[in-house]
Amino acid sequence: MDETPAKDTANDTGHLRVAIWRGGAEGAYWAYDVPQRANQTVLDVVTWVQRHLEPTLAYRFACRVGVCGSCAMTVNGRPRWTCRTHVANVAEGGKLTLGPLANLPVVRDLVTDMVPFFDKWQAAGGRFQGKRTRDDTVAVLKPPALDTDEPANQCINCGVCNAACGVLRRRADYLGPAALNRAWELVGDPRHADRQGLLQATMADGGCHACHSHGSCTEHCPVGLRPSASIAGLKRWTLAGLLRGYAI
Amino acid sequence: MTEARLFLLQRASAMVLAPLVLVHLGLILYAVRDGLSAAEIIARTQGSLGWAAFYGLFVLAAAVHAPIGLRAVLREWTGWRGLGLDIAVLILGGVLLVLGLRAVWAVVA
Repeated sequence: MDETPAKDTANDTGHLRVAIWRGGAEGAYWAYDVPQRANQTVLDVVTWVQRHLEPTLAYRFACRVGVCGSCAMTVNGRPRWTCRTHVANVAEGGKLTLGPLANLPVVRDLVTDMVPFFDKWQAAGGRFQGKRTRDDTVAVLKPPALDTDEPANQCINCGVCNAACGVLRRRADYLGPAALNRAWELVGDPRHADRQGLLQATMADGGCHACHSHGSCTEHCPVGLRPSASIAGLKRWTLAGLLRGYAI
Repeated sequence: MTEARLFLLQRASAMVLAPLVLVHLGLILYAVRDGLSAAEIIARTQGSLGWAAFYGLFVLAAAVHAPIGLRAVLREWTGWRGLGLDIAVLILGGVLLVLGLRAVWAVVA
């Protein structure tokens, strides 16, 4: 590793002062000086720090193009995909502050433990259960295949919405926008068998009714989904179920 | 009672309260603008089944709505859960109901 990399005169446009969270639940922001370049993403900055200054820096990424959903972090206070966030759009006075996603346990540095995130998916009834066996024909779905009015199935599980959620910050037992968005996707999926399970999971304590409808999830979703609309859909759907007399 | 039922009750009571609050606020403005005295107001409300029904429903809806909302706020902000909290907000609902109906009785009886 080169501690003092040669200056790229064609692309270097200055210096960034970058503060990066080091440690687990307890830790501190460490400051780094990083060359600013044209068309530089926040993920580029993190990678540069790890390769040139801090080989032990832990962070998570895979695709680098906004498909895998693994590189989400807190950038200057907002949860974002770092791979699709240009430094030029978010650096305030040449400063970047990078931390792990909020509302999840920190493993180390910029890496969060996603297990509680996916546990919530299960708790919300997010596991698909088909009605057919391998001997049946494949279900034919004509567009629009989903009855729901939002493209909830485009979620890539990056965790940005949960990190942005003010209710999750207050109560860890809230299912959160990602899991509830998944539940709403299944509500609209005619192939899903366990609708009663979905109903009970989403209207239990900590379910869709705990949402305050602030819309922070929708505001921050990098895919442009509307989890708050999904949750509103669940509220309508569960109340309709309640009024129809389901035993709940 | 499940959270969903409480949610339904709170939304239903809010739908009842919304027009009642608007009429109530309009009534205050009307009474103040015309400079009605307490005696003149009492004279209009005493024996009025209409005002008794209006404010009786108002008190009932508020006594349902407020404890459920306060319970949700306390659960989220203080972490207080369980039977103790449920009993506390039930008592609050009871107090609101008794005080409110007593006030309605005082102006219409």
